[in-house]
Amino acid sequence: MDLAVKTQDLSRIYKIRGGKKEEAKELVALDHVSVEIKRGELFGLLGPNGAGKTTLIKILTTLLSPTSGVATVGGIDVAKEPHNVRPIINMVSGGESSGYGLLTVRENLWMFAQFYGIPTKVANERIKELLGIVGLGDRDNTKSSDLSTGLRQKMNIVRGFLTDPEVLFLDEPTLGLDVGASRDVRHFVRGWVDENKGDKTLLLTTHYMVEADELCDRVAIINQGRVLACDTPSRLKRNLQRDAIFKLEVSPLNGAGTGSFEKLAGVRQVTHQAQDGQSILEFILEEEDVLGRVVNTMTNQDIHIFNLEKREATLEDVFVDLVGKSMKEVEGDSDS
Amino acid sequence: MDAQITIPQSRQDNTFQRLVRTFRVSAWLGWQIEANWADPLVFAIYALIKPLASAAIIVVMYGIITQGDFGQPIFAYIFIGNAFYIYVGQVMSGVSWAVIDDREHYRMLKYVYIAPIHIPTYLLGRGVAKFVFASISVFVTLLAGVLFLQIPLDLLQVDWLLFIVSLAIGVNMLALMGLMLGSIVLLLVNHSFGMGEAVAGALYLFSGAIFPLEVLPEWIRWVGFIMPVTYWLELIRRALLPDIAAGFPTLASLSNGQLLGIMLGLTVFFAVAAFLTFNYCDREARERGYIDRTTNY
Ligand SMILES: Nc1ncnc2c1ncn2[C@@H]1O[C@H](COP(=O)(O)OP(=O)(O)OP(=O)(O)O)[C@@H](O)[C@H]1O
Ligand SMILES: [Mg+2]
Repeated sequence: MDLAVKTQDLSRIYKIRGGKKEEAKELVALDHVSVEIKRGELFGLLGPNGAGKTTLIKILTTLLSPTSGVATVGGIDVAKEPHNVRPIINMVSGGESSGYGLLTVRENLWMFAQFYGIPTKVANERIKELLGIVGLGDRDNTKSSDLSTGLRQKMNIVRGFLTDPEVLFLDEPTLGLDVGASRDVRHFVRGWVDENKGDKTLLLTTHYMVEADELCDRVAIINQGRVLACDTPSRLKRNLQRDAIFKLEVSPLNGAGTGSFEKLAGVRQVTHQAQDGQSILEFILEEEDVLGRVVNTMTNQDIHIFNLEKREATLEDVFVDLVGKSMKEVEGDSDS
Repeated sequence: MDAQITIPQSRQDNTFQRLVRTFRVSAWLGWQIEANWADPLVFAIYALIKPLASAAIIVVMYGIITQGDFGQPIFAYIFIGNAFYIYVGQVMSGVSWAVIDDREHYRMLKYVYIAPIHIPTYLLGRGVAKFVFASISVFVTLLAGVLFLQIPLDLLQVDWLLFIVSLAIGVNMLALMGLMLGSIVLLLVNHSFGMGEAVAGALYLFSGAIFPLEVLPEWIRWVGFIMPVTYWLELIRRALLPDIAAGFPTLASLSNGQLLGIMLGLTVFFAVAAFLTFNYCDREARERGYIDRTTNY
C-alpha cells in the first residue's frame, strides 16, 4: 500500500514548567495516535481546541519531536531523517499573520520557491497563476505588511501550494477568513487533490464540522490527544443514521441540567446550549418513539417547547456520540 | 512495505547546490531587510551617524583623560580597535538576531525551518548585508579619524595582504560566533533579545578593543587571550598602522604569522563548536517545541 503518512502509537508530552517552586507538569497532547493516510487522500483532522491537531502537524512537518512512537511521511521517519522529509512537504497554518512584511507578495513567494530549488521562471508563472486563483492577482507588488490579515493568509496558502509538495499540511486553513474566502480556499484545496489524481496528499485540520464533512475523503475525530474514530464522513455518520436526531428550542432549563433526560431509556446523548434566553437541546435517540418520553418529561417539568425539528446526522453528532459532549461544550470546559 | 515517495528530480540537488542556494537566497533576504531604508535619513543615522557618534564618545573621553594628547600611539590604537569593533556588533549579533527576527517578528522561522535548506548556512547568509553596512560604517569612521584626528593611516604603509587576509578570516570567525549565539538563542524563548548585545558588550571589554589587556587585572586577562577577536583586532592594527603594534606589549612578541596562526586555529575551533552547538540546540529546540514559539512581546 502506498501510504503518504503513517503514525504508530505516536505520543507527545509537553513539560510545562511552573513557577519557581512548582514541579514541572506534564501535558499529554497526543496519546498513542495511529493513523494511516493513503497517497492521494484529502484527509481531515477534526477536533476541538486543544485536541492535539497542531501538535500532530508539527511532528509530521519536523518542527517537533515525538515523545514516543513513530511517524513517517512518504515512508521516511520524520524524527530520524527530517532533512529527507522536508523536500516533499510544505505546511501552512491559518489564523496568524506571518510573512516578511517588507517584501512584496511576489518576493515572499519567490524566495520560498528558491528555497525549494524551483527555477525563477517556473516560479513566477506559478505565482501568477496561484495568486490569480485566490484573488490576489493584482496585489503581487504590494508589500505583504500592507495586506490585511486575511489576504496575508491567502498569500501563505499560495506559498504552500507553490512548492508543489507531495504531502501538504494545512492547519486550520480557513480560520479567520470570511465566508467567501473560506469557500474559495476549500474549493481550491479540493481541486488540487482531484487534479493530481492520486498523486498528492493533503492533511488539513479544522474544527469546522462542515469543512470536514464536505471537503475530506476521510476524517479522524480527535479529542484530548486520542483518535476516537477515523473513516469517511458518510460512514462515520452511517452508524447514527438509524438513530433519530432532534433539535428542540425550549424555555430556559436554568440550573436544572439535562440529567433527567439522560436517564430516560432510549436517549443516547443530550447536549445543551443556552441561546437568546432559550435553551437549545439536541437529542440523539435510539428510535423516534423515544421522543414521546422526552416530551412528557418536559411537560412534567414545565418546560415549554418553542420549536422542534428532526434532522440528518452530522459529524457534530458523531462527535457528541463519541465524547458525550459537543465540541463547544468541550472547549467551554477547558476554558474554565 | 510502504513505498517511499520519491523526491522529484528537480529537488534532487546535491548538498553543495543546496548550500549555495541557501546562502544566496538568505543573503538576498538579509539585504532586502537591511536595505529597506527607503529614507536616506534613516540610512544616514544607522550607517553613518551612529558609528561616528560612538567614536566621538571615545574621542571625548580620551581627550578628557589625557587632556587632549591625541598624538600618542595609544589613541590610534583605541580608535582603530573601536572602529573595527563595529564588525563584531553587526556581524555577530546580526547572524544571531536572524533567529529572533524570524521567529518573533516575521513569524516565519517555522516555514524557513521546514524548507529543504541548510539552516546554519541560512543564518550565516543573513549576516552578509550586515557585513556590507558595517563596512560602510567602518570606512566612514576611519575617514573621519584620518581627516580630523590625525590618525596616522598611510595607505602606502598599509600591509594590504595582511589586512585583507585578517579581515576575511575575522569576519568569518565573527559570523561563526554569531551562529553559535544564534543556536543558543533558539533555546532561549523569553530573554533572548539582549543576548547578541550582551555578548558583544562583554567582548568589547575583554578583547583589547579600547585598551590593551594589560590594563585589566591579571586574573581576568585570560578571558581576552582566548577570545579570537583579541588577535583579530591586533592584526588589523598591525596591518593598518605598523608602528603602533607596540601599544600592546603582551602580543608584541608574537609575529604576524603567529598571530594569524592563532586566529586561524581559534576560527576552526569556533567553526566546529558552532556546528556542534547548532546540532545540539536544533535537536533540543525540536524536542521542546521552540522552533515556532513566540513570546508575544
Ligand atoms: N509548546 C507547548 N507547551 C506546552 N503545552 C502545549 C504546547 N503546545 C500545545 N500545548 C498543549 O497541548 C495540547 C494540544 O495542543 P494543540 O495546539 O495541538 O491543539 P489543537 O488541536 O491544535 O487546538 P486548536 O484548535 O486550539 O488549535 C493543548 O492542551 C495545548 O495547551
Ligand atoms: Mg491548532
